[in-house]
Amino acid sequence: MKPALIRLQINHRTVEVVAGSSVAAAIAAAQSSAVFRRSITGQPRAAFCGMGACFECRVRIDGTGQQRACMVPVREGMQVICDE
Amino acid sequence: MKSYDLVVVGAGIVGAACADYASAQGLRVAMVEPGPIGGVATAAAMGHLVAMDDDPAELALAHYSLGLWDEFVDLPQAEFSRCGTLWVASNADEYASIPAKLARLAAVGVVAEQVDAEQLYRLEPALAPGLAGGMRVPNEAVVYPPGVARYLVDRAIARGAAWYPQRAHQLTGSGVRLNDGTKLDGNVLIATGCALPQLLPELPVRGRKGHLVITDRHPGLVHHQLLELGYADSAHGDADSSVAFNVQPRPTGQILIGSSREYGSQTSDISMAMVRRMLARTLQFLPGLSGLDALRIWTGFRPVSVDGLPYLGKVPQHANLWVAAGHEGLGVTTALGSARLVIDQMLGNVPAIDPRPYDPMRVAA
Repeated sequence: MKPALIRLQINHRTVEVVAGSSVAAAIAAAQSSAVFRRSITGQPRAAFCGMGACFECRVRIDGTGQQRACMVPVREGMQVICDE
Repeated sequence: MKSYDLVVVGAGIVGAACADYASAQGLRVAMVEPGPIGGVATAAAMGHLVAMDDDPAELALAHYSLGLWDEFVDLPQAEFSRCGTLWVASNADEYASIPAKLARLAAVGVVAEQVDAEQLYRLEPALAPGLAGGMRVPNEAVVYPPGVARYLVDRAIARGAAWYPQRAHQLTGSGVRLNDGTKLDGNVLIATGCALPQLLPELPVRGRKGHLVITDRHPGLVHHQLLELGYADSAHGDADSSVAFNVQPRPTGQILIGSSREYGSQTSDISMAMVRRMLARTLQFLPGLSGLDALRIWTGFRPVSVDGLPYLGKVPQHANLWVAAGHEGLGVTTALGSARLVIDQMLGNVPAIDPRPYDPMRVAA
C-alpha cells in the first residue's frame, strides 16, 4: 500500500511529502540546501537538532512566525515561508 | 576614611541618575553597589516611559522626567524606541473617560489624542474586535533600563566618580560604613529601592511583585505600547493581586507581556497561576498572541512607598542624609527627574517642579 501524500506550499511552491512528515523534512526534501531562517547578523540557518531544542529551524507557518519546523507535522494546504 | 561631596548608595537606574547628575554639577561622587549595575528592579522592568494622569504629583514628575529622556533618544545602549502609548477602551464607559484624561494631560503639556474604534484598528489591527476606541500618547517611548543605568554610571565615573562594589553596612552620622569596614564621609543619598528599610527603617517600602513574559521576534504584530484604560485600577488599587493588559513591542520585534501586581509573595519564584491569569487578560485584547512561544518569564519587585509617591529629598532627623526611592512602577520613567529634584535641593537650587509632594518629611517627621 502506498503511503498517503500531503500537499503543502513552501515559499509558494507546492511540495508533496508523506503524511506524518515534519515541516522540516518537507523543506529539506524540497531543497537539500534550503535556508530555513537567518540569524540577526544574516547568517543562513537550517534544521540542526531535529528535536525542538536548538530553535534553528524556525519558519512562518500559516501566518505565524517563529514556528519550529521540526516539531510541526505537515497538513494539507499548509503555507510555509522560509528565510523571509 | 575617604571624603566625598556625595555618596550614592545603590546603582539601579535611580541611583545611577543621581550619581550622573551630581557629577555633572561638579560634585565629587562615590557610588556604592554590591551587585551588577541596574541588576534588580531596573533589570526586571519593562522600560516603558509613560505619564499616568491619576495623581497630579506623579504626573508632574513623570512629565518633567519624560522631557529629560530626550537626551538619550540616539544613545544605542538605551535602545530608545518612540513607539507611543495606546490606551485601549474596552467599553463605552472607558471611552467616555478619555476627554477628562486628555484635559489632565494637556494641563501639564502632554500631547495626546482620542482615537475612535476605526482609528484604533487602523493603528493596531491585531486588537480583538469590539473595543470602543482609545487614547494615543505619541511621544512616549520604551528603553532598555539596565543599558541606560550602565551608561549613567560610566559617565559619572568618567567625570571622576569613585566606584565601591560593596554593600553599605551602616549609616555613621557623618557618612556610611561599607561591609569591608571602609568609611566614606560626606552627604549620603540612599537609592536602594526595595532595600531602603535596611538602612532607613523609618521610610517603609513594600515589594509589589510583577511577572513579565517575553516572546520570540514577531516584528509588526504590535506597534504601540498597549495598555487597557482600566490599568490604573490595577496599578493604583490595593488588591492583594491584580492583572492588567500591558503589552510592549521591543525594537527587536519581541513582544513583552505584562502585567501583574501582587503583595505577599516575597520570593522571586514564578507563579504559573499568576502567569495564566495575566496571559488570559492579554488574549482578551490580543487573541493572535495565543500561538506564540514564550521565551522567558521573570519576576521583579516594585518598591512601593506608603502613599505611592517616591521619597525624594532630605531625610528628617538625620544630618546630611538624602533619599530617592519608592518609585513603584515608575522608577525608570521618573529616574532622571527624581535625580535632579533631589540634587538641586541639596545644592540649594530651586527645583524645576514643586518638591513638596515627595518630601520624606510627610512620613518620617
